[in-house]
Amino acid sequence: MLIKVRSASQASESEVTPRGLFLSRRSIIAGGIAGGAALALGGTGVVTGPALAAPFQAPLTVSPKDPRMDARTPMKSATSYNNFYEFGTDKTDPSENAGTLRTRPWEIAVDGEAGKPATFGIEDLLSFPLEERVYRLRCVEGWSMVIPWVGFPLAELLKRVDPTGNAKYVAFQTLADRSQMPGLKYPVLQWPYVEGLRMDEAMHPLTILAVGMYGETLPNQNGAPVRLVVPWKYGFKSIKSIVRITLTQDQPPTSWNRSQPREYGFYSNVNPEVDHPRWSQATERRVGEFSRRKTLPFNGYGEEVASLYAGMDLRKNY
Amino acid sequence: MAAVSKGPVARALSSRWAKPAVFALGLVPLGWMVWLGLSGGLGAEPVAEAVRQSGLWALRLLLVALAVTPLRILTGQPGLARFRRMIGLFAFFYALLHVSVYVGVDQFFDWAAVWKDIVKRPYITVGMGALLILTALAATSTNGMVRRLGGRRWKALHKAVFVAGAAGCVHYVMLVKGWQYPPFVYAAIFLGLVGLRHAKGPAVPGREPRRHEGHKDFHKGLLLKGSPSSGADTSL
Ligand code: HEM
Repeated sequence: MLIKVRSASQASESEVTPRGLFLSRRSIIAGGIAGGAALALGGTGVVTGPALAAPFQAPLTVSPKDPRMDARTPMKSATSYNNFYEFGTDKTDPSENAGTLRTRPWEIAVDGEAGKPATFGIEDLLSFPLEERVYRLRCVEGWSMVIPWVGFPLAELLKRVDPTGNAKYVAFQTLADRSQMPGLKYPVLQWPYVEGLRMDEAMHPLTILAVGMYGETLPNQNGAPVRLVVPWKYGFKSIKSIVRITLTQDQPPTSWNRSQPREYGFYSNVNPEVDHPRWSQATERRVGEFSRRKTLPFNGYGEEVASLYAGMDLRKNY
Repeated sequence: MAAVSKGPVARALSSRWAKPAVFALGLVPLGWMVWLGLSGGLGAEPVAEAVRQSGLWALRLLLVALAVTPLRILTGQPGLARFRRMIGLFAFFYALLHVSVYVGVDQFFDWAAVWKDIVKRPYITVGMGALLILTALAATSTNGMVRRLGGRRWKALHKAVFVAGAAGCVHYVMLVKGWQYPPFVYAAIFLGLVGLRHAKGPAVPGREPRRHEGHKDFHKGLLLKGSPSSGADTSL
């Protein structure tokens, strides 16, 4: 297989990471150009700091499954068509209503089975070495996008709090503030929105906390200021606007599973073989395209993540 | 009643421009969708949005069609009855558009996938049921068919419009994620319209109190007040 996961430790020279993106429009443009260059580079869709600054090169060894082979979803689509029920249930509600979200100051409390529980301010989060990662995003509703995220591996954050031997799962929680989130008026789900990963999923190098997309600061509607991105799972696992991360011994509750256990499992790995009762998962439409395409197992990240589920019946553990 | 029927509303309803006007009105949602489609107004996922918009208009017009008879009685405007068939046919038209976009564009005539959806996804099974009923009703909507079937049988068949309305609402309730209120608003309106038909006679203005023997009789009662212009007993 051509794709190799570069460990985050290889992301040297954090000073060339696009932290400046958050400061000026000019560097935002630079980020966009870097994103273009990223398309041409080998790797897993992981583009480390130095790569962002690399000049355009001819394609090296990019597998057809590499998301950078796919056209990126136009930024306008990715920022105007998505689900963030805290701001309403229509696809355009988040972009219309999320202006009320206040992303500064912002803190994530990391607690639970941790030797050194800590609270990270948004400035702390932005000081992690940031990378651009071009990932496919597959929604359980049957649409998908290709999005260049800016972020860092969740593992890096978790290592800082020194997980204990009892930490088997990671629970995440979204902000739930009625004064900022008009959608909380409606009991669409039980608020706050919660999600969870198994520890090995959380520590996997593909799992990132994103603070930006398309070389820009994460827009409110896409889960600002910091969200999870787990590219081999349905989009709803990639929880937005995170305020709390708790290491737990037991499998934590997750919002959609709690709402419709028969339809949404804890794992929710992208799986064309296991239909959602209401939607076939065999195909998807890339937003902006006309015809549907086949959905790939683990959203095309099987080579990286299938081993996490060795021996598990993925029909039962959907 | 006679006094009312000479009022300006009644005159407008019986004008020869009334039907073309309602026809034009029925095409407005289509025009709106075409405009949205051409101007990029259907958003990032135009196919899904076209399915949604056409589905919503099918259900809305079905409810409007079901509202005609109660409205006719409540307002004492028998002239309303002559628009009911056209509105019902528009509901069918948008339902057909809805399913055509789904089959022809969304699934791109992947009949195997469509068939799987119909048998495996209860919300689609229910939608299919509604569409079949609407198709049968549309096919038997002509005066010729009313005559051929005979008023009694025609009326019995066309009561299925309530099943189609219920199925349309259930389809919508089933397809949204989480607990969302809009489909329940449609379902409540549908139940309200059904309820109106079962309302006790004297509560409905414009009707003289009479012995009430269940809703069949009630429909017959409506029939007596049916539009003078309609040739056959087609009131529900
Ligand atoms: C074979 C028949 C039918 C099929 C296959 C079908 C299929 C669909 C599909 C795929 C959706 C979109 C679901 C989504 O966005 O997740 C939908 C939505 C909808 N359909 Fe249908 N449908 C059928 C018949 C009908 C009929 C007869 C009506 C109305 C009387 C109707 C009313 C609606 C409504 C109101 C929506 C929701 C629109 C929204 O999300 O705002 N459908 N249908």
